[in-house]
Amino acid sequence: MSAALALLKRDVMLAWREGGAIGTALGFYLVVVAIMPFGLGPDLNLLARVAPGMLWVALLLAALLSADRIFHNDYEDGTLDVLAAGPLPLPVVAAIKSLAHWLTTGVPLALMAPMLGLLLNLPLDSIPLLVLAMLAGTPAVSFVAAIGASLTLGLRRSGLLLALLVLPLYVPVLIFGVATASAAIVGPASPWPPFLMLYGLSLASIVLAPIAAAAALRTALR
Amino acid sequence: MQMPFKLSLSAHDIACERGGRTLFQGLRFALEPGQALLVSGPNGAGKTSLLRQIAGLLPLAEGRIATKGADPDTPIAELSHYVGHLNAAKTALSVRENLAFWADYLEGGDGGLDQALAAFGLKPLADLPAGLLSAGQKRKLALSRLFAAPRPLWLLDEPSVSLDAASVKKLDDAIRHHLKAGGIAIVSSHVPLKTKFAHELTLGLERAA
Repeated sequence: MSAALALLKRDVMLAWREGGAIGTALGFYLVVVAIMPFGLGPDLNLLARVAPGMLWVALLLAALLSADRIFHNDYEDGTLDVLAAGPLPLPVVAAIKSLAHWLTTGVPLALMAPMLGLLLNLPLDSIPLLVLAMLAGTPAVSFVAAIGASLTLGLRRSGLLLALLVLPLYVPVLIFGVATASAAIVGPASPWPPFLMLYGLSLASIVLAPIAAAAALRTALR
Repeated sequence: MQMPFKLSLSAHDIACERGGRTLFQGLRFALEPGQALLVSGPNGAGKTSLLRQIAGLLPLAEGRIATKGADPDTPIAELSHYVGHLNAAKTALSVRENLAFWADYLEGGDGGLDQALAAFGLKPLADLPAGLLSAGQKRKLALSRLFAAPRPLWLLDEPSVSLDAASVKKLDDAIRHHLKAGGIAIVSSHVPLKTKFAHELTLGLERAA
């Protein structure tokens, strides 16, 4: 247990210290959402209707920007060799590193969404549900990103390949995430069925994705 | 290092294949507690691959590696320290934070950090970010990991690269001390070490001939 905590603490500390990770994701999120209204025009009703979709798409892309960091640095400097020799099984290592990515990317992005929602005329009363859905859905984003990150280890310019591998897997998250927020804005359907689907997707990826990522890590270590 | 180790390690006809090429085959050796093995051979002979195979990072193409004196369910990876070409040091963390992480992660207990800081004289640099260290100091940081958690098997791949003469001597002493405690060391090195190696293994002879 102490090994797991040590790894989680180190990863969060590194994301914070190395700056780039959290800053890039939040900056990208801000920029993309801020220029959206200029492209769509000043129709407030239209903006409110598309706001959840825009916020989710921008969030997924922002999270992908830092996805290759999950394993890449540890692979480059040899840390992964030592992590593999530790007391934790490789799937647990992958799960903890994904959790750290969620804490340093998913959570800040989800918490920033209400502020950006104001730029898109997102109705105020739908904000709690939007943030809740994002907090429930972003674990799936981070854990699935870990599969892509481990598969593309050792490749140069792996960003595009990673996006191609991972974005199709994000489609269900996107659909149910937007459906939750839209149901709250447009009605009349209840937002809870899509929310529970979203939550289920996250739980499933927390269990399954680390196993896939660990298998890919094993090959990368050879 | 109070705990005397009692691990013995033996390799039975192991082979290594990289990219469709057989690097070596039919390799065998047996190491009792307190013995060391020196692996030598020309570049590309498979020294690093052999050490990574023992560490469990690279699969064996043939044969098996057996241990005695340890829980048979514990993989060799968890009994060994592998220090390879890469230093596994995080440039954004200080020397102390790097070693504290390894002591915690490898479950070295409370004394692990202090021992690791003292081993190669890194205490004066403890609060410096590892990114500011010289190549030799980074190497010492990587080698200090050997002391962050006591493990019976040391796998050292060219450990003396970029070390100064005084540090090579410290490394030599550290290996000897480890052997005295009943540990095993498998070292690949081009620099002559004073440590008495019970066995020597030269790879790549058939191709050099």
